[in-house]
Amino acid sequence: MTAVPESAKPTSFLLDGRAVDALPGETILQAARRHGVDIPHLCYKDGLRPDGNCRACVVEVKGERPLAPSCCRIPQEGMEVATTSERARHSQKMVLELLLSDVVETTYTLGSELETWARALEIDTPRFAPRRQPEPDASHPAIAVNLDACIQCTRCQRACREEQVNDVIGYALRGSQAKIIFDVDDPMGSSSCVGCGECVQACPTGALMPAKEAGLIEPDKTVDSVCPYCGVGCLLTYHVKDNTILQVTGRDGPSNHGRLCVKGRYGFDYITHPHRLTRPLIRKSGIPKSTEITIDPADPSDVFREASWEEALDFAAGGLKKIRDEKGGQALAGFGSAKGSNEEAYLFQKLVRTGFGTNNVDHCTRLCHASSVVALLEGIGSGAVSNQVADVAEAECIIVIGSNASENHPVAATFMKNAAKAGKTLVVMDPRRTELARHASYYLQFKPDTDVALLNAMMHTIIEEGLVHQEFIEQRTAGFDLIKQNVAGFSPEEMEPVCGIAAETIREVARRYATASGSMIFWGMGVSQHIHGTDNARCLIALALMTGQIGRPGTGLHPLRGQNNVQGASDAGLIPMMFPEYQRVDNEEVRQRFEALWGVSLDPQAGLTVVEIMDAILDDRLHGMYIMGENPAMSDPNLHHARQALAKLDHLVVQDLFLTETAAFADVILPASALPEKTGTFTNTDRRVQLARKALDPPGQARQDLDIIQEMARRLGLDWQYHDTAAVYEEMRQAISALGGISWSRLESQDSVTYPCWTEDDPGRPVVFQKDFPTSDGIARFVPARLIHADELPDAEFPFVLITGRQLEHWHTGAMTRRASVLNAIEPQPVINVHPEDLTALDGAEGDLLTIASRRGEITAYARVDAGLQRNEIFIPFCYQEAAANLLTNEALDPYGKIPEFKYCAVRVSVNRTAEA
Amino acid sequence: MAVQFSEETHKQFEDVLTRYPTKQAAILPTLWLAQTEFGYLSPAVMEHVADLLDLSPAYVHGVATFYTMFYKEPMGKCHVQVCTNLSCTLRGAEKIVHCLEDRLGVKVGQTTGDKIFSLSEVECLGSCGTAPVIQINDDYHENQTPESTLGLIDELARQAESASTSGS
Ligand code: SF4
Ligand code: SF4
Ligand code: FES
Ligand code: FES
Repeated sequence: MTAVPESAKPTSFLLDGRAVDALPGETILQAARRHGVDIPHLCYKDGLRPDGNCRACVVEVKGERPLAPSCCRIPQEGMEVATTSERARHSQKMVLELLLSDVVETTYTLGSELETWARALEIDTPRFAPRRQPEPDASHPAIAVNLDACIQCTRCQRACREEQVNDVIGYALRGSQAKIIFDVDDPMGSSSCVGCGECVQACPTGALMPAKEAGLIEPDKTVDSVCPYCGVGCLLTYHVKDNTILQVTGRDGPSNHGRLCVKGRYGFDYITHPHRLTRPLIRKSGIPKSTEITIDPADPSDVFREASWEEALDFAAGGLKKIRDEKGGQALAGFGSAKGSNEEAYLFQKLVRTGFGTNNVDHCTRLCHASSVVALLEGIGSGAVSNQVADVAEAECIIVIGSNASENHPVAATFMKNAAKAGKTLVVMDPRRTELARHASYYLQFKPDTDVALLNAMMHTIIEEGLVHQEFIEQRTAGFDLIKQNVAGFSPEEMEPVCGIAAETIREVARRYATASGSMIFWGMGVSQHIHGTDNARCLIALALMTGQIGRPGTGLHPLRGQNNVQGASDAGLIPMMFPEYQRVDNEEVRQRFEALWGVSLDPQAGLTVVEIMDAILDDRLHGMYIMGENPAMSDPNLHHARQALAKLDHLVVQDLFLTETAAFADVILPASALPEKTGTFTNTDRRVQLARKALDPPGQARQDLDIIQEMARRLGLDWQYHDTAAVYEEMRQAISALGGISWSRLESQDSVTYPCWTEDDPGRPVVFQKDFPTSDGIARFVPARLIHADELPDAEFPFVLITGRQLEHWHTGAMTRRASVLNAIEPQPVINVHPEDLTALDGAEGDLLTIASRRGEITAYARVDAGLQRNEIFIPFCYQEAAANLLTNEALDPYGKIPEFKYCAVRVSVNRTAEA
Repeated sequence: MAVQFSEETHKQFEDVLTRYPTKQAAILPTLWLAQTEFGYLSPAVMEHVADLLDLSPAYVHGVATFYTMFYKEPMGKCHVQVCTNLSCTLRGAEKIVHCLEDRLGVKVGQTTGDKIFSLSEVECLGSCGTAPVIQINDDYHENQTPESTLGLIDELARQAESASTSGS
């Protein structure tokens, strides 16, 4: 028997005369609760650092003169604790009475902890005079601030400062005047608050509450589900009344531990927006499709007429069938969506492959991480992350490159910031300085387009200074010599003028990365969306391999997934060259396996990718499409090209929530359902398969996406009989071996399980590649990368570099978030971020209208000063349909990943003095 | 233009930093430097200090508002601080406060319209043996009576007036 270390042993103590135990690290309060004794408490909340400031939790400890705050006292062996002795109770009651006298009688929440405890301890109307109260603050669109209910417990401050690390809330003044403030006592709405709502979730009295008194309505039900937005995959709870969501709260999911961001918490009312499609629509005959999108999503009746489901489905499937029968399956294509569930993705690709008879099926992963996935498959045999975000707690050095995590993966970023606060080395590398840089030990603002120079210089240092992990290289990799030769010419000193980072800094960071006990790399679209995106990722992989920083906890490679189900949609086979689980369609044996599973013969040729499909339409090779939940008329590069292609299709079926820019080109539109309206699984960036549960019924005649796909399939001659989502999942599980141990019933009870997971009792593998890599020989490969430049460099005519991306409040093409009232209130207008000196040089000021033109198009939007940019760089979020950034972007592709160069093109900028504001 | 330390103050600030283990620890001396330079700690000044020390504005505001000797509003040229703690009160501090309020036409906590005098009550100035004590800017004036205090005020008012006429 191995000895249990002293510190890990439970402590036994007497609780109100009863012998109980406390687990290591447990406080009296926590242990008591576990043993069924609830001690009053207010400033203590699970997950937050105990602060011990309210003293509602005091208990009497035998032999000690003062009472002890049970929320921050660890019991000692043999200690005798009385929680309800006269002295303890008297003191607890006095604290509650004093606090009660300090707050107004108005109720702001049904769940006030102060009221609950006051009732439990039978406290009447307090005897003491009230304090002077701060004014209410209604400046924030999502959060009502009523500090007259505040008891200064500082839970909100700890939530904001220590948990989310947003650093907005402070505690000002003292004594009876003490109060909670935002920044320097600004109204919340004009402070630097990012609206994560963590403070609201933390507040025990309702002083901070969701706006519009949502907390005062008793819900009919609460439904545990998953956030519909990003790849972090926060688990949450919908509070529902009369088929509408009252509010959303964070749940203790493995990726969020109760935290949410402004989108997840407040961006839910898009589902009831008046633009929501509730009846099938068919294009009126004779209405041409124009690349100028002029349809009003509120009233599309000029272009579309309402139809019954029968008619719409017959027409939708009939048009595709006609093309298939006359021109062959290759004349058709489908775009699935990374916003749909795994089951939807699986059925959709199965429909295209078995019903259309082609592999022309793709989705927006092509536009985000296709290059990363190609590099990962080639190097280590798997496109998924090696380690989960939570591993930052185990790492010693964390590199975040080409990722604005604070805005795009906000909750993941909070854990990175927690790690930085805990003393780990956080290295942020990005041409645009974003919020995360403030928390970093090193911030490397390299020149756009020079990732390979910077990363090769790091490798050069690691090799030159003998910091490689020789054993790892020898046993687990091949091709190191290629890298060695390749980076020989990339000394930090030579690369300094190329990438703009001091040689010594490159060396320091390289040393830190190589020698830390564990180093992780996170990357985003800043790495992948280049014509050298695959090369960029190859460098990151090579760094991890040569230092052996992979295959252990706190190490590894993590391409941060953007959409909530990018990982799952790819796993499920929404990829033109691969069946589910990355099985190549051109592999004979694989194909036979899928032919057996699906009972039809399959196309042996890889299909076309997103941009290639558009080209094929313009080349007259492709005539019909089925698009489910994607918006290529906003998300594709060089939109004119994409929109021309969409307009040219003979038959376009669009299935969506809204009349998106893409739906404007449709011949038929099928109204679908939003995430809170359906049950399904979603796989987050960490490879966690998570269950979303239906909370609402879809509005009007809108239908479940799975039903619609099946109706289409039947009309294309497929005899599918799936009774429910579970049935689809279970079939998919046969096609994806890594889900082997994750049955539907297991998901129902556990909500979130990490794959690979081979058996029902396998807890799942958070860290993979511990012994070998999933390549044919188990060995990883180094692939060298040379420096290539962006496809379109700035010149005299187009002197600025345009970087596109996202904003915290808006999701992807904005179809959902711009219809979410809170999010739209915070970011209502298209903006162009410009360096302050560039703006001055242009003779413009913040808020002026700027016109940006590239060789492909022109847009106008409002100037916003962004000192995080470098000179001659501008940044535009691509979610604004009225100023669509992708009208400007370059469709040049990375040769391996076929991903377009969204992060770099040449533009010119001028102040627009004519357009009306 | 955002608020910024002068070159001179910035040098002093860098010197202050060398004396503390972390930037955060240097917050009080940095706020003093800021108050000396700008006269009071406006939100913009606090944001500048936050920036210099890698702290959040909310944190700096919290510290600055905890201490009454950090001013959150513009102060008069002469800050008249009357000790009203026990010894001084027993020896007539309240009378001094009243006569100052009458003479200056402001209440405790306010500044005169011409921005020359600000009046405050303060806690024990550590000079109980010479109570009542008032402090004007950095100087102590001991064993005060209403008459002696008013004399001081008249003198300061005269000086301020001549400074403004000769200075313009
Ligand atoms: S909503 Fe979030 S960022 Fe804003 S004050 Fe609350 S915790 Fe801080
Ligand atoms: S606002 Fe709420 S959480 Fe913050 S201190 Fe007051 S009562 Fe506590
Ligand atoms: S809950 Fe223990 S002191 Fe507040
Ligand atoms: S009481 Fe006034 S100086 Fe001490």
